[in-house]
Amino acid sequence: MLTRRIIPCLDIDNGRVVKGVKFANLRDAGDPVEQAKRYERDGADELVMLDVSATIGGRETALETVRDVRRELSIPLSVGGGVRTVEHALALLRAGADKVGVNSAAVENPLLLRELADRVGAQCVVLSIDAAARLDDRGWDVVTRAGTNRTGIDAIEWAAEAESMGAGEILLTSFDQDGTRSGYDTALLRAVREVTTLPVIASGGADSATHMLDALNAGADAVLAASIFHDQDTTPNALKQELRASGIEVRI
Amino acid sequence: MTGVTIIDTGIANTASVTAAFERLGCTVSLTHDARRVAESPLVVLPGVGSFGAGMRVLRANALDQVIIDRVSDDRPLLGICLGLQLLCDASEESPGIEGLGVINAMVTRFPSAVRTPQHGWNRVGDGYAYYSNTYRIETIPRGWEGQTSTHGSPFVAYLRRGTTLACQFHPELSGAWGANLLRSWIENAKEATPC
Repeated sequence: MLTRRIIPCLDIDNGRVVKGVKFANLRDAGDPVEQAKRYERDGADELVMLDVSATIGGRETALETVRDVRRELSIPLSVGGGVRTVEHALALLRAGADKVGVNSAAVENPLLLRELADRVGAQCVVLSIDAAARLDDRGWDVVTRAGTNRTGIDAIEWAAEAESMGAGEILLTSFDQDGTRSGYDTALLRAVREVTTLPVIASGGADSATHMLDALNAGADAVLAASIFHDQDTTPNALKQELRASGIEVRI
Repeated sequence: MTGVTIIDTGIANTASVTAAFERLGCTVSLTHDARRVAESPLVVLPGVGSFGAGMRVLRANALDQVIIDRVSDDRPLLGICLGLQLLCDASEESPGIEGLGVINAMVTRFPSAVRTPQHGWNRVGDGYAYYSNTYRIETIPRGWEGQTSTHGSPFVAYLRRGTTLACQFHPELSGAWGANLLRSWIENAKEATPC
């Protein structure tokens, strides 16, 4: 039986791991290769790396980081952040990513995912959706450019389109919950689960196995977390022991 | 130093496969040259992407017959994911396209009742392997040994005959368990064909 995944996320800026709250206030949190190795050893099922550097030099450094991490890592590596062209995505795959996440650029040019899927197969293409609750609380907006741009696009309708656009997976981040450690947005997860059969990774707000259990019960196939692992408060294996005790199939 | 040749179809995650063999101390080279694929002691047919695109690349480089010959002569070959499927007769993914036909099986799509693509870790015997697939073969064909995993219903996890090993999962992404499998394929191949 297919197990549920726990996925630590590394935000990378110029070759270093950083961590912020609501996509801002970044602080240094260590060396990506060392952290990647530690996460694999501690039971991570997969790793997500997001390149948050804003410069062209930072982009080049990110390719180096992917190469360095790939050399050491024997679990899947998904890379995203600022991917705007098929060429950029292919460069990341060649450097050692197994999947590439596309976010803002897919909103601006939905054909990008199709073009990418035709080249590398949908199973390598992840649609990253950052969603923020609408101000009137009726649904969620897709937000782009690190949350600074509210697109007005309905996040649930956007998720429903993902498969036909060429995505093989959805990475669903709640902008409201990100970095708060107060739990995933389970209402958002439920709403997305209803409109797609693609695997969905829940992201934003994790602090405990209970939060993860809530997200998995809301329909997530995998749960992503950053803060709790960076601060070494817990490990994927420790969380999986708790999930298994609650009847969730995990790899231990 | 063990040399491993990876068939470069231009559509596979060759960086991950390369890294996995390098961690085992192998020297890795990538090629789509038919003569080199024929002559190399250890050959890997990786694969990501569609069945039709994969077969087109193999035919365009005259690799189809080379791979068929390797399997019938029992010269070491490892097929990964689409690499397994290309060894079969045909696939629902690309109707009308003939596969290599060394594994007598039809590749079919997972039913719509289960999550597709199957992204994640699934049990294989006493371990877990990482899968990333929408298509699979359902039963172990005659003449092959192997094991199954379950996604809705059973499907083939891997097949083995002599020094041919074909995995539906990605051993290069399956942690220590996957590394052990690659190591045993190399050791088995070296015993069978001393060089």
